[in-house]
Amino acid sequence: MTRGALALSLRRIRAVWRRHMYLLLRSWPRLVSMAYYPTVTMILWAFVTLYLAPTNSFLQSAPGFFIGAVLLWDVLFRGQLGVSLTFVEEIYSRNLGNLFVSPLRLHELVIGQLALSVLRTLIGVGGACLFAWLLFRYSIFSMGLPLVAFFSGLLVFGWAIGLAVSAMLLRFGLGAEELAWAAIFLIAPVSGVYYPIDVLPAPLQAIAHMIPAAHVFEGMRGVLLRGVFDATLLWQALGLDAVYLGVGVVLFALSVQGARRRGTLLQMGE
Amino acid sequence: MRGLVKRYARVEAVAGISFDVRAGATTALLGGNGAGKTTTLSMLLGVLLPSGGSIEVLGCDMLRERHRVLPRLNFTSPYVDLPKRLTVRENLSVFADLYGVARPSTRIGELAAEFDLGAILRRPYGELSAGQRTRVSLAKALLNRPDLLLLDEPTASLDPDVGDRMRSYLERYQKDSGCTMLLASHNMGEVERMCSDVLMLRAGRIVDQGSPADLIMRYGRDTMEEVFLDIARGTVEEATPGLRAEGMLP
Repeated sequence: MTRGALALSLRRIRAVWRRHMYLLLRSWPRLVSMAYYPTVTMILWAFVTLYLAPTNSFLQSAPGFFIGAVLLWDVLFRGQLGVSLTFVEEIYSRNLGNLFVSPLRLHELVIGQLALSVLRTLIGVGGACLFAWLLFRYSIFSMGLPLVAFFSGLLVFGWAIGLAVSAMLLRFGLGAEELAWAAIFLIAPVSGVYYPIDVLPAPLQAIAHMIPAAHVFEGMRGVLLRGVFDATLLWQALGLDAVYLGVGVVLFALSVQGARRRGTLLQMGE
Repeated sequence: MRGLVKRYARVEAVAGISFDVRAGATTALLGGNGAGKTTTLSMLLGVLLPSGGSIEVLGCDMLRERHRVLPRLNFTSPYVDLPKRLTVRENLSVFADLYGVARPSTRIGELAAEFDLGAILRRPYGELSAGQRTRVSLAKALLNRPDLLLLDEPTASLDPDVGDRMRSYLERYQKDSGCTMLLASHNMGEVERMCSDVLMLRAGRIVDQGSPADLIMRYGRDTMEEVFLDIARGTVEEATPGLRAEGMLP
């Protein structure tokens, strides 16, 4: 790719970014709503911790366990929503036709969506982290550098699910919008957010081993409960992430191709 | 376009059409609802894959090299909208980036002046009237100074005064830039004024073609409106029984 072509490509990615930034920055309710759910859930678990900690040795040794878990779970959830809601917004606006007739390439659209997902996650989870520190003096940064690894492992898995959900939206239209919100909860039981995966029945454990989030949360428990960071778990999570992200990209590309065959790109909308 | 076909499950929306569009001219694609105009335009734009046939646009195979063509092409269509919560200026800025427009602020200023958008540049697109939206969509379609412009009902919701100004602008733009235009419209006055060639579609086939003057003369009518009605209703055979026998109609 020549430098000129690269500059044009970066401009197109910036266009995707700017289009959604205009929306975000204009509406403070939109910004607040991104941090609202993670903050409320964090507060809920913090009070559960306060209630149980005096009589529970486990929580006495790791008082930030539930708060850390819920904040990391929201990294996954926000990461997925960041991708799929960006796409829902284009469908609502009936803007897909304009995008796909423009020189914007599919990988540029995806990169733009992923970049927006990082921002939305930082806003949503960042707000909850701030309140966790202000209200409960819990800092998620107490996990140290492994936090970066956990964050990355969950965010990339969120992207993969977000792309798969976007593919479903393109195939089934806004009738599948509910998936954007609910899809992630299908994997919650086997992600081991609040419990180790060896409490699951054997068949579910086998599934859990194929879920990157399960490895990340195992790693988180190692850091919080034993003060040990197991790099093997991280590499397993990142390896699975790479596979799922690849699958997400392929599903999205196939769904765009299917929409081009059915002629739904110009007409899809609210 | 050669042998272009689009089949859906049980419907053949476009049934093997072939045509060339003269460079630098405006060609009208006419036909009643469901004749295949929008399907044809969608295939030209690359957002709809044909079931068969080939499309060459600006020297490139649209099925294999569409990304070489797309920066030189633009369109307006009533089937798509711009993001409603973005202002007009924000929308145009985003599309200027997508099309790699040089000096976007200057270009947006030029188009705002041409299309009388100055007063609405800061207003959200969703708050505009239908006519204002049409003007903004036209401005978006001209941002990248396209070599090929596909216009699907470009002046549908404009009052006669603004519609006339838009047509004048498009004519001027074509004269200055040598742009090729393909126009799908139900406004026969617009077709007579702007188009040098007309392709008449019915049930996914080209049933006639020629200049507006040729078609009017050939069908023995006074206006394109009457020619359109003859062809769209399929009454041409009854209306002009001798013409086909004499080889004057295809």
